[in-house]
Amino acid sequence: MSAEPAVSVTDVRKRFGATHALTGVDLEVREGEVLGLLGPNGAGKTTLVRVLATLLRPDAGRALVLGHDVVREAGRVRQLIGLTGQYAAVDELLTGRENLQMFGELFHLSAADARRRADELLERFDLTDAASRPARTYSGGMRRRLDLASSLLVRPRLLFLDEPTTGLDPRSRNAIWAITRELVAEGMTLLLTTQYLEEADQLADRIAVIDHGHIIAEGTGDDLKDRVGGQVVDVVLVDAGQRDRALEALPDAEPVGSDREVRVAVTDGDPLASVQRVAEALRQQQIAVRDLGLRRPTLDDVFLQLTGTVAQAPEQGPDDDLREVVA
Amino acid sequence: MSISTFASTLQPAAPTSVVGRAYWQARDTWTVTKRNLRHFVRQPRLLVFSTIQPVMFVVLFAFVFGGVAGAAISGDVAYIDFLLPGLFVQSAAFRSTQTAVGLAEDLERGVVDRFRSMPMSRVAVLAGRTLADLVRSVAVILLMVAVGYAIGFRFTEGAVSAVGAVLIVALFGLLMSWLFILLALYVPGAEAAQTAGFVVVFPIVFASSIFVPLETMPPWLSTFAAQSPLTHAADAARAMSIGGEVLVPTLLTVAWCVALLALVIPLSVKRFRAMT
Repeated sequence: MSAEPAVSVTDVRKRFGATHALTGVDLEVREGEVLGLLGPNGAGKTTLVRVLATLLRPDAGRALVLGHDVVREAGRVRQLIGLTGQYAAVDELLTGRENLQMFGELFHLSAADARRRADELLERFDLTDAASRPARTYSGGMRRRLDLASSLLVRPRLLFLDEPTTGLDPRSRNAIWAITRELVAEGMTLLLTTQYLEEADQLADRIAVIDHGHIIAEGTGDDLKDRVGGQVVDVVLVDAGQRDRALEALPDAEPVGSDREVRVAVTDGDPLASVQRVAEALRQQQIAVRDLGLRRPTLDDVFLQLTGTVAQAPEQGPDDDLREVVA
Repeated sequence: MSISTFASTLQPAAPTSVVGRAYWQARDTWTVTKRNLRHFVRQPRLLVFSTIQPVMFVVLFAFVFGGVAGAAISGDVAYIDFLLPGLFVQSAAFRSTQTAVGLAEDLERGVVDRFRSMPMSRVAVLAGRTLADLVRSVAVILLMVAVGYAIGFRFTEGAVSAVGAVLIVALFGLLMSWLFILLALYVPGAEAAQTAGFVVVFPIVFASSIFVPLETMPPWLSTFAAQSPLTHAADAARAMSIGGEVLVPTLLTVAWCVALLALVIPLSVKRFRAMT
């Protein structure tokens, strides 16, 4: 594995009219790792991917893919990447097999190799039965699988997955995740954009959080969770009327969530001692407890703290992410 | 079903020489051409529209204007014999607006984004469309010939000249397609392309020797029409179909086509690259 990073982005900026899509992005992706680019709608995820995939020219800054400048050496970059987008870029009027053969030929495989590879991928992506049907008739999940297969006719050294599961039902999402994990197991370098915390947590080695066109935090899922704070003891009371008494009994507690919840930070790095202390104090005061537990902050907490917005659950609607401005 | 099928070791071939680059450009163009031809046969509406319309033009013009226009034609040439080679040019010109519509629709689709992220030739996206449209154009001309033969048209100058007539119109159609490629790259949206096509193509088709001899027009119009490349193409196709002066209109048509293609193709490619 070479020392040069798969992606190296320095102060990249991009504007569409009055919209500042990227306001100075710095980012590095090492070869062999999966970087999750996590951000809410319109944060600039798709714009950044389009810059890296040579589809958009940045206004300023420098972006290198495997050491090649995406503007000056765009042709070289295109030989090294695969792009799978949130809007499945397959030909609607061609069949699944024709799509793959066409992309294979355009990746400069011989006609025989393109045919053979198309059949392999159709089988691998569970599309053999639908291979002779126009892509227009495919379900959302099938279309994404075909789109992903279209990036794998040759072996890209860097694969962009731009919101690969946005708008998919849970079953189709799991199928895409399973395929992604196999790609990772083969050592493929991935840049995955997502607005779903769970997706980033499940698939990525490292997460970069993007908001308003720049990276606001970076690290592993654990790093990011630690930034919000360490472990806590969460208590849910039976009776909301007893919360004031509970707060009195526990001087370091703070009210959280509904009117019957309090939270105590774990001190001295001894979680069990904290649980014991909280439990004893409440018991002495005869305060009834419905639930008491040790927990770590979730990525949801991270997201909320960093961006001030609540992240979306995967079942919610598709993301437009500046697509209309870009198009 | 094994993981190993992902692990393609295949790599995109990189052109290493001028010849290599030209080879891949040609092959990419052919791949895109095949795709566009498939599109054509899989859109029944488009297929019907683009085959019925020229047939209607042949029949309607021949019978509706045959009486009036036929009287204005010198000698004992039947109007259908005069008309049909002109209609080849009309058909190629009208068809070229479809090139703009097709490209505009492509640009709105995600698949062109994929093309642009791939190591394929940039020119191929544009050239593949004009070539597919050229194939269509020639197919439509052959259909018009068949209809023409049913209502009395005959090639009188032999098979080679007849092929020449089709080829000169095909070359002219290629030029028109590229002009509309350039238009589609500057004017976004399929409808805009269609409107612009109609506004530009309609008058220049009629202001030519396609339907009637120039002598029947008022002087200001015939002076303009005499300079039109559509007149040269129609005259060349007509001469090769039913006799007359071949050399001058053919040379003029070729000169127009070569000169404008040499200008329009690089401009289009440059514009397409800049859109990336």
